[in-house]
Amino acid sequence: MHKGKVHKFGDDVNTDEIIPARYLNTTDRGELASHCMEDADPRFAKKVKPGDIMVAGKNFGCGSSREHAPIAIKAAGVSCVIAESFARIFSRNSINIGLPIIESPEASERIKNGDIVSVDTVKGSIKNITRKEKYAFEKYPPFMRKIIKAGGLMEKIKRR
Amino acid sequence: MTKKTNSMPYTITEKILLRHTKLKTIHPGEFINAKVDICLGNDITAPFAIEEFEKLNLRDVFDKKKIVLVPDHFAPAKDMKSANQCKILANFAKKHGIKNYFEVGRMGIEHVLLPEMGLVVPGDAVIGADSHTCTYGALGAFSAGVGSTDLAAAYATGECWFKVPESIKFIFSGRLNKWVGGKDLILHTIGDIGVDGALYKAMEFCGPVIEILPMDDRLAMCNMAIEAGGKSGIIAPDKITKKFVKEALTFGKKHGVGQNRRGRFYLSDPGAKYSKVYEYDVRKIEPVVACPNLPSNVRPVKQLKGISINQAVIGSCTNGRISDLRLAARILRGKKVNSAVRLIVIPGTQAVYLQAVREGLAKIFVEAGGVFSTPTCGPCLGGHVGILAEGERAISTTNRNFIGRMGHVKSEVYLSNPAVAAASAIKGRIAHPEEVL
Repeated sequence: MHKGKVHKFGDDVNTDEIIPARYLNTTDRGELASHCMEDADPRFAKKVKPGDIMVAGKNFGCGSSREHAPIAIKAAGVSCVIAESFARIFSRNSINIGLPIIESPEASERIKNGDIVSVDTVKGSIKNITRKEKYAFEKYPPFMRKIIKAGGLMEKIKRR
Repeated sequence: MTKKTNSMPYTITEKILLRHTKLKTIHPGEFINAKVDICLGNDITAPFAIEEFEKLNLRDVFDKKKIVLVPDHFAPAKDMKSANQCKILANFAKKHGIKNYFEVGRMGIEHVLLPEMGLVVPGDAVIGADSHTCTYGALGAFSAGVGSTDLAAAYATGECWFKVPESIKFIFSGRLNKWVGGKDLILHTIGDIGVDGALYKAMEFCGPVIEILPMDDRLAMCNMAIEAGGKSGIIAPDKITKKFVKEALTFGKKHGVGQNRRGRFYLSDPGAKYSKVYEYDVRKIEPVVACPNLPSNVRPVKQLKGISINQAVIGSCTNGRISDLRLAARILRGKKVNSAVRLIVIPGTQAVYLQAVREGLAKIFVEAGGVFSTPTCGPCLGGHVGILAEGERAISTTNRNFIGRMGHVKSEVYLSNPAVAAASAIKGRIAHPEEVL
């Protein structure tokens, strides 16, 4: 269960906006978090609070394979990302590091910036507390659920 | 072919993936664990992978011959932090006896280097923690970009998880117009289907145009499959592939890479299923440019002639091969770069660099007033060797024109083929090659 304030973004948000390449010369998670979304919204890293939720349009995370992107979002305190659709590598990176991502065209369209939203990943439902609305989403397939349940891909491998 | 691929009609992609599992059949949408033949990392993505792998406390990697490490993005190191990232790769290679670590002076842009060294052969399943790993589909391999954690997992297990992709077929027919190459074909395609037009899909390029398309152009096309959201690009291996791979294996051996693999040549079955089929008559395609800020924002060069530029970049994993430099040199020979423009030419590898020197191409670029750099990804991702200031505009043979990609958030990147970039450098504005010849 995740609950937080929504930060809304548009379509095709790319990994250069999420974490610009000029900050890729480090693996320091705190430093990456401090530049999260810098080229889309320079104030984002300062205003984001632990538990907040990002909502975006289609093809979120397109572009490079940099895992720095979901790492920066997770390290900035974002509890989950909801979008109409996700770019492929961003999607697998998020699952591999345990950042919950949720595909819901309905939620992506209805939720507005600043709304308070709660997400139940077990039941597959999103509650918009501000607008008193509910949106359903498809739960992860069992294969992905195993990775998420283990706490990420490396944890799953450790157990092997 | 093998027994297990005879049962039902498959695409090349499905055949290769099936071959890398213990499964008897395979279906799009299914999750699989597949063995990988090569796993690639660079100075940006490998440090995370190495950090994660070392946490497992394993003594050895799964197979040191299948790991390739290329410090190319911020190398030669642009600052101390980048130097440290490169050092992590060098130390890891040394610790685990990984021979395919390419140090500055022997390295190149990874997706130009690996095919050149014969490190990828047809039928391979390749992963790379770099989105443009899809380039190797041009060799008839399944090849997909993944993340650092995937790479760490592969270092340990030799496997990677995949959702078997549906395939989309792109058929190109007709005769190519002058100055139109693989770069224009892929930009035209992305312009048609959009930046998520092939999301999660394998893009299979075929048709009479592709069958005679040179390997460098095929590599440029598959390279940008990711720009349409694709998981991979792929072209059926043929005589052109066979010749290229044979020469690459010989070249690799000469440089101590020594792969003794010839690969497996898979073809899509006649009854194979595609989620969509697109047909293009290439006679209708002119040289094109992708305008800011998406690679799908494609327009013919002729419509953009008024746009002035401050910089022209020729290079990258898309267009940093010898034929790209030959094309640019053909335009620039005996000409001068416009006084308001910086021309930056970056050969993809040391071999491309040396060949460009031997053929007199380097001389043409320098005499024209351009820079001829050591191989690096450099400006493509706003790393170094040509960052844009606020309000500046570049034409570039690279693959992305996102906001701030090459520098300041208020700078702009236009994507084109090498001939258009060279002509634009001369004119100081976006120009068609015919305007300068």
